[in-house]
Amino acid sequence: MSIYLDHNATTPVDPSVTAAMARASTEVFGNPSSLHSLGQKARLALHEARSQVARILKAEPEDILFTASGSEADNLAISGVLGRSDKPFSRVVTTGLEHPAVLLTCDAWSERGFEIIRVMPRACGVVAPEDFEKALAGQPALVSVMLASNETGAIQKVADIAAISHAHGCIVHCDAVQAVGKIDVDVQALGVDLLAVSAHKLYGPKGIGALYVRPGTRLSPILYGGGQERALRPGTEAVPLAVGFGLACELSQTRLQEDAARISELRAHLETRALAELPEVRINAGEAPRLPGTSSLALRGALGDSLMMALDLRGIAVSTGSACHAARGEAPSALEAMGVPPEWSRGTVRISLGRTTSREDIDRALEALLEARKRLRTGGRT
Amino acid sequence: MSTRTIIAAMSGGVDSSVAAGLLVEAGHRVIGATLSMKPCAEEGEYSWCCGKMAETAAAQVACRLGIAHYVLDVAEDFETHVLRHCWDEYAAGRTPSPCLVCNQRIKLGRLLALADDLGADAVATGHYARLAPPDERGPVLRRGVDLPKDQSYFLSQVRRHQLERAAFPLGELTKPQVRDLARRMGFHNAERKESQDACFSHEQGFAEGLRRRFAAEVSQGEIRTADGRVVGTHQGLHRYTVGQRKGLGIALGERAYVVRLDTASNAVVLSDRIEDLETPGLEASDLNWIVPTPEVFHAQVQIRYRSKPVEAEVHRLPDKGARVVFETPQKAVTKGQALAVYEGDRVIGGGWIDKA
Repeated sequence: MSIYLDHNATTPVDPSVTAAMARASTEVFGNPSSLHSLGQKARLALHEARSQVARILKAEPEDILFTASGSEADNLAISGVLGRSDKPFSRVVTTGLEHPAVLLTCDAWSERGFEIIRVMPRACGVVAPEDFEKALAGQPALVSVMLASNETGAIQKVADIAAISHAHGCIVHCDAVQAVGKIDVDVQALGVDLLAVSAHKLYGPKGIGALYVRPGTRLSPILYGGGQERALRPGTEAVPLAVGFGLACELSQTRLQEDAARISELRAHLETRALAELPEVRINAGEAPRLPGTSSLALRGALGDSLMMALDLRGIAVSTGSACHAARGEAPSALEAMGVPPEWSRGTVRISLGRTTSREDIDRALEALLEARKRLRTGGRT
Repeated sequence: MSTRTIIAAMSGGVDSSVAAGLLVEAGHRVIGATLSMKPCAEEGEYSWCCGKMAETAAAQVACRLGIAHYVLDVAEDFETHVLRHCWDEYAAGRTPSPCLVCNQRIKLGRLLALADDLGADAVATGHYARLAPPDERGPVLRRGVDLPKDQSYFLSQVRRHQLERAAFPLGELTKPQVRDLARRMGFHNAERKESQDACFSHEQGFAEGLRRRFAAEVSQGEIRTADGRVVGTHQGLHRYTVGQRKGLGIALGERAYVVRLDTASNAVVLSDRIEDLETPGLEASDLNWIVPTPEVFHAQVQIRYRSKPVEAEVHRLPDKGARVVFETPQKAVTKGQALAVYEGDRVIGGGWIDKA
């Protein structure tokens, strides 16, 4: 029996979502642009899906653009603003925690002469709004801030940063891919102009994401085609995927409080045991408000890769904390950005819990971790 | 043989696939590991041996064999211990041997550390070399049976304690036999072409690729003859190696060889006299003795990968050094290249050539 503890990477598709997608594939195969009744049926299914995605964000259906992934939504948000013919901004202020979809899109604009400023998080894993304000220096910019770190689960103060940024004439994008479905995400309360979501992180299918666009926020397209999605994301709509995404959002919203409470408790159990039983262990961003199911465990002097493999050989799927980017001339990982020393960041495993995780899964993962830890550093690393 | 847990280095090529397959057939518990040496951003610039396609090829083979398989990121170590080291060597007028360093530090070094972490007993690679159970002197590392494919030279830097936990399942086989086995095992890569030295290929040459990578300045200098006549200008000593005849861009009689890279005057020294290329012996440093040896002994030494072993007397020097006196003078002994010391077909040790 294998144990899946890598829900931040992706989640298993909910069986009812799979069933809905299968039905949509056969019953609603029409092209939503077609004028006949099959087309109309597809158009309605798409609209229903759009409404479901909108509801989990407290947005309106017309504010939602479907994309092929969360990454594409991030790309469209950033390049869609910076690429506008009226050139609203010449700089971007973002954080040192962002996902590559944001990070590398910014890098690409940097090569075209745009100024990119990365605000580093404090040691707790959270970017301080006052640090962000300093970086803005009273000038307008495109702002991009993630809602929750995929690596540590640390929840960022997006509402505060958005308020400060708007006071300086900024447009604010938020990568909420890791957060939606795990915590309440309300685009009104956050006050953001753009927000990226992905279906496969909330028990929906891979291959579909969405971008929330606040009314009045103008974007230029990054793809050209037949005018779908307000000509901002052309290409025949993936109706079955959208149907699955919509249902996944609805299910997540319905059970959010209950899931969050149960998963938080399981994580507390994991971390209490880890801290008590493992030598030289600490929890990255452990002091910060975090997503309920994410635990970034740093085992000093260990190698995350080895821990991941040792657990996998026992049928337990976890992820490594991505370390050592900087040594390779890449942008620092979230752990490096937080200032986690290499001997801790290298030995980090990310354990991310989900709906199907049981207390027994956690105990078994912990036993495996204890056993793997005993072996580590018995041989010298040449 | 008792069942052991063995980490098999899998590059995605035929040789390492068959090596892993043989271990599985022998009943061992095998874990496949592919080393990822290349920082992603350099896709297109270099073609390292362990790119994504190679990782996938290895994963397909592992799947066929029903074994676990992982990609281990060693880019940082590869950068420091292989690429940076090689550039330092070139910059010092030497010609490095990257594969030996990589085998010792990266392949066996990192995979044995992984073996420790995973509680595995040994590490296996697809090298053509034989490793028999140790005798009273220590590990018995011999040339592969397929002499044209023999890679024992590349393993001469591997430490004794590493060899004690290594396995080279292809040592008794010939390349055609390995291909037959790959077909029998149903590997998709059975017919794949050889990819020798692919790790270090670059469109401008390995050395020039490294210069660009580390943003070192081009250090122009004189090309002159052994008797002091200046005949041209070079674009950096790293582009030359002792014994080189092609690509000199100089017309100097019918045949001119590089006989020396003079770092003091930053000059490439040429000669058309073959005698100028010959030396009666060499000095080497950092000797890795796989088995104990006397202070002075007779051996066969190999001074580069494809050269024939030659009869010589080896004198051990303090601080892991050695002086080698050839029975007959040898051509193009090159600083920075590896010296491998053999007793018949058994590898006794190896070091780095410092003085020709």
